Amino acid sequence: MSFLPYALAAWLFFVGLYGVVTSRHLVHLVVCLGVMQSSSYVLLLAIGYRTGKKAPIFTSGVPVKLGAVDPVVQALTLTDVVVSVTATALILALVVEIWKRSGKLDPDSLRKKET
Amino acid sequence: MNVLVPLAVAVPLLGAAALASLGHVSPARVDDVVAAAIALAVTVFCVILIFQSSHGTIHYWFGGWQPRNGIAIGISFSVDPLGAGIAALIGALMTAALVQSIDYFEEEVPPHFFVLMLVFLAAMVGFAFSSDLFNMFVFFELMSTAAFALTGYRIEHRSVLQGAINFAVVNGIGAFMLLVGIALVYGRTGALNLAQIGQVLSRHGPDGLVVVAFALIVVGLLTKAGAVPFHFWLSDAYAVAPAPVCILFAGVMSDLGLHGVARVYWESFSGVLGGHADGVRAVLIGIGVLTALLGALMAFLQSALKRMLAFVVISHVGVFLAAIGLLTARGLAGATLYVVADGLVKGALFCAVGHLARRVGHTDELIAHGRGRSLPITGSILAVGALGLAAVPPLGTFVSYALVDDAAGRLGDRWLPPVLALATAVTGAAVLRAVGRIFLGLGPDEDDLLVSVPRGEEEDEGERNAPRRGFLLWGPAVALLAAGLGLAFAPGLADHAIGHAERFVDRPQVARETLHGATSAPTPPAHEHVGTSSYALGGASALLAVGLAWVGLYRRRIPRKIRAALDATFGGVVLRLRLLHDGVVGEYVTWLTVGAAAITGLLALLTR
Repeated sequence: MSFLPYALAAWLFFVGLYGVVTSRHLVHLVVCLGVMQSSSYVLLLAIGYRTGKKAPIFTSGVPVKLGAVDPVVQALTLTDVVVSVTATALILALVVEIWKRSGKLDPDSLRKKET
Repeated sequence: MNVLVPLAVAVPLLGAAALASLGHVSPARVDDVVAAAIALAVTVFCVILIFQSSHGTIHYWFGGWQPRNGIAIGISFSVDPLGAGIAALIGALMTAALVQSIDYFEEEVPPHFFVLMLVFLAAMVGFAFSSDLFNMFVFFELMSTAAFALTGYRIEHRSVLQGAINFAVVNGIGAFMLLVGIALVYGRTGALNLAQIGQVLSRHGPDGLVVVAFALIVVGLLTKAGAVPFHFWLSDAYAVAPAPVCILFAGVMSDLGLHGVARVYWESFSGVLGGHADGVRAVLIGIGVLTALLGALMAFLQSALKRMLAFVVISHVGVFLAAIGLLTARGLAGATLYVVADGLVKGALFCAVGHLARRVGHTDELIAHGRGRSLPITGSILAVGALGLAAVPPLGTFVSYALVDDAAGRLGDRWLPPVLALATAVTGAAVLRAVGRIFLGLGPDEDDLLVSVPRGEEEDEGERNAPRRGFLLWGPAVALLAAGLGLAFAPGLADHAIGHAERFVDRPQVARETLHGATSAPTPPAHEHVGTSSYALGGASALLAVGLAWVGLYRRRIPRKIRAALDATFGGVVLRLRLLHDGVVGEYVTWLTVGAAAITGLLALLTR
């Protein structure tokens, strides 16, 4: 079991977070959000990985051999991908609308100019 | 197998699919009535489930995949009376919202609005029933996605886009932290079923991984709930969503996050963290009190009613979190009853604000000053609702407040109830002040203390359209208010709630029932007696609410010297707080990160 995937997940998380916090462009911000999301895919897959084991593909008629990597986390990852793509698409739609209305994509232009 | 359990989620989902494919053929009103009928059916299912589950938690294993040898293979819904009660609240609020939208919208509403509402309904009920951590996450995300889209319904306004983007990004990151927490728990236990996670975790003491996973899950759920410092998105989003949608957001969506915290703590983590309950208690009550007070203060500083009510929601989330954070059955019972009673009241308030927006065109108390005189019913709903917010005896919210008071007293936390009463009194005062201005024309129509929206930038959807009338605009508010305040008179309600909460917090027994099919233990009898100190606090809260509302209206009558002194002391803090709440999404995410780090650090320190 390698330490590397966990380090990679942590790196993607913090890089994405840094990007979201400092972003000056809404599309860039959405991409950074995507980077953060991919950190969770890496983390999930790393948790279920077993060195030297096969992919968890079982078909009827073939005797089940134990010793595959964990299929549950792979299902979780797929679900996670679907969920995050939906959210990303929705945010991008909002960003397009902002562009149409104001011609600006700087998050600062959304400030409520109140005080 | 109880067939009502999956139906409560499947019926709205199927209805959503049907409306998505056929809704454009029929007129919008027909779509709306169909959606409202489905929501009503879900409400009835959930009310029946409250009674059916009161003899024992109902477990529904999808596809019949029952646990084998104490190991959960399949995915389940577990319905207990507390969860079913919250699900019934969801159904009732959704019914009210859909009934109001029949008269609310000017234009022909596209069918996708009702599709989104029904998906939102299914996701919230599914979240309340799920007893599988990953399933909770999926329903949580489904609920969020429907909510982002509903927030952005009036996409032509700039502030709507801003609110929806903040909502989506901050909640997206919160959900992501929740997922990382779930992944860590799965990596440690190999389980996703809440009860089974609890069984595996309780074999060992807490270590770094368990604490970090718990902290991340709590942060993810509290982001949805809008606890400080994760609350910044909430006021931006709730201020811009259409009023019928706000009924759902304010009435129950925020509180579902707290229900998730209670469920995850008691079913999964109470075994392993039970030896350090004091540390967890300190963190949860700390966040709760901070949220309650900051939310109340910010609510008092708003002049736009929807934004004010958004901060009321934040403040009350803090109150509930502190009650859950007591980590006793009585505190949980109080919090759950409070969520239901207060949710109905807040739903009624937003419904009434929707009516005001439609008739007057403005909901900012300074702009709409005196213009609500012709709407006595709406004014009365708001005034009575404000007293409900302040937990005035003998209203429904007071019964739950008294339970929380009792629970805190039993733990020796005598300081907590007065602090929570202060927060609820201030939220009541804010709404009462707005009622005085709009419906009675009291006080001046300008006030530099209040955060007002620049003219021409109003967030209300009403201002450009002709005034609308109709019984359905305010009728649901009366029904919700009557239900919320009338809960107090349901006999033995508090006793039942305590009994069910006692079962909820008994983790080993819950695990035996879930995983080994053990029969339910009988609900322990409880006897709740409202103490005189609760009445005293409730009465004081009422007086304080009215008094503060008067001060808010007639601040200028306070002698100049006192005012100057107050300004010098608090002016800077108030200004800074206002600026803080006018941020952009990057700043909100920074606060989320800081808060997550602080909570993780504190939990790690206190559970060593």
